[in-house]
Amino acid sequence: MTPSLIALAFLAALALGGGLGVVISRNVVYAALFLLVSLGAVAGLYLLLLTEFLALVQVLIYGGAVVIVIVFALMLTRLQDFAKTRDHHQWPLGLAAALAVLGLLAATFVVFQPAVHPLQSTGIQELGNELFVRWALPFEIASLVLLVALIGALIISRADRGE
Amino acid sequence: MAAALVISALGLLGLVAFITALVAGGLAALAAVGGLLAMFVFLAAVVLSLVWLERKYLGRLQMRMGPMRVGPFGLLQPVADAAKLVLKEDVTPAWVDRWLFWTAPLLLFLPSYLLWVAVPFGPGLVLRDLDLGLLYIVALSVVGIVGILMAGWGSANKYGMLGSLRSAAQLVSYEVPVIIVALTVAMMAGSLNLSQIVEAQRPVPYAVVQPLALFLFLLAGLAEVGRTPFDIYHAESEVMGGPYVEYSGAHWAVFYLAEYVNTFLVAVMVTLLFLGGWKGPGLPPVLWFLLKAYLVVGFIFWFRGTFPRLRIDQLMALGWKALVPLSFVNLVLTSIYLFYGWPWWGMSLISLAILAALGYGIHRQAAARKPAITLVPAVEVRSAR
Amino acid sequence: MTLLHLELLSAALFAIGLYGFLARRNAVLLLMSVELMLNAVNINLVAFAVFLDPARLLGQVIVVFVITIAAAEVGLALAIILRLYRNRSTANVDEIDLMKW
Repeated sequence: MTPSLIALAFLAALALGGGLGVVISRNVVYAALFLLVSLGAVAGLYLLLLTEFLALVQVLIYGGAVVIVIVFALMLTRLQDFAKTRDHHQWPLGLAAALAVLGLLAATFVVFQPAVHPLQSTGIQELGNELFVRWALPFEIASLVLLVALIGALIISRADRGE
Repeated sequence: MAAALVISALGLLGLVAFITALVAGGLAALAAVGGLLAMFVFLAAVVLSLVWLERKYLGRLQMRMGPMRVGPFGLLQPVADAAKLVLKEDVTPAWVDRWLFWTAPLLLFLPSYLLWVAVPFGPGLVLRDLDLGLLYIVALSVVGIVGILMAGWGSANKYGMLGSLRSAAQLVSYEVPVIIVALTVAMMAGSLNLSQIVEAQRPVPYAVVQPLALFLFLLAGLAEVGRTPFDIYHAESEVMGGPYVEYSGAHWAVFYLAEYVNTFLVAVMVTLLFLGGWKGPGLPPVLWFLLKAYLVVGFIFWFRGTFPRLRIDQLMALGWKALVPLSFVNLVLTSIYLFYGWPWWGMSLISLAILAALGYGIHRQAAARKPAITLVPAVEVRSAR
Repeated sequence: MTLLHLELLSAALFAIGLYGFLARRNAVLLLMSVELMLNAVNINLVAFAVFLDPARLLGQVIVVFVITIAAAEVGLALAIILRLYRNRSTANVDEIDLMKW
């Protein structure tokens, strides 16, 4: 029972518990908080895997932007009126589908086990080098995607001006 | 019941993990925990000193004495404040959402304290010299915003909701200039490590090389903390305290603490990123660091005593229409300066030119508007009678 | 901690997100389930990068892109949801079933 295994168990329990909270909780704001817990646990997992930059980016973007925007949308759409949300009446089928996917993936992962090498930390300089040299074009396209999303969100959510 | 069981199981697992880490880490882990406790005590002392300093300073600015009764020169006033807040009745309104109401202060307070792990107070005087220190500090300060949102939502109070929505909008908007200016400084220093950023500020601190960046960082950092002139989301005369309206006693003390710790954090970040941290002739480095940090804090208190509060639309306009474009212009200029290898005073001149143009533009705009009322000094009024 | 542990964790998180996506009727909750699925994929990619790749870089770069695109998608999706709420006063995806009438 190495410390890293205990930490992995704890973080995995948090991530899965948070995920279950998101999909089961009746109260939408609690679901958003559970999402924050789950995403924070994933950031912890990145730390455990010695990819610190990704962990911080995860906290910054998911914890600090995505969750805030989601809670904002929940508050603005007055979803306290929907405080007791109901699930789809065909949820057992959804459960069956999810379990089927889980079974398929787990079977594949157990069957195909490649040779691994031990954990090592990645320097942020190497990551930056790779990102801006080999992946420069996808980087620029990603920034274009962000710009398009920004402008699109502005246009869609603007008040009607007598259309 | 089931939730309580699950949470206790998780808490137990977390405790086991913590104790295992402590035992496995041995002396190093104990030293780390001891360092955290020492940091906590230090920050508490700093907050007490800031509370006293602010009240005295504001008092003098407003031509009055400030606290004078509790202890010599009112030095024990913060202690009296803390005692009062802790002994006050902790009122929890009936309709609040218990989970949100009780976890919101935690979400705001924990990141504010956790990020001090990466802050260096002197050469080598840091709990963890993180290679990604700047990113760590920025990331954790963004998590605090969720705490304010939860505080307002959980309060079951319309003013609370309004204040928290405004606060989320303001804080998220002003994150952009903060991150871009921090990025600019990291570009110039070539590292995200705070100690290396301080060491890289030779021969002159970055405040001289990029006064525009200093100005932007100070303004955006003030807006991040929620101090005047950007404190509309939690001002009593505007939204009755905003997200903090239903919190009383010890709960509100947590928010009060977090605000002062964040103010000190902004001052410390300005010191580290722009004023050359602990570098200076003569005195020991830690003393220089504290002197510079308190100087910036003095500026922050001076702003509070001088400027009126910005309305929320003025605030958002200032953020998006002024600070964000300026920070991007600064970023592009810095990258050109670094790429072509200009001398540092070239960048400094360009920065000053932009600041001067800004100042001139503001002056032109202000002078073009006639004041709505003309102020008559009191002496004249009395003699006219 | 082995690769298998992380792969199973990511598969479980993906399955949870999939269940949420199929069973929830509120649009914002659907979005949160999508975020769970994206995070599961990210964990998987990082695990592969850290354990299998000698340079440990490719998976991390892809994760950076996935996080970026996910953030853009959340912003845009929430704008659409707000607009729908303003027009139809509901965020329940079952009730948004007519084009213009």
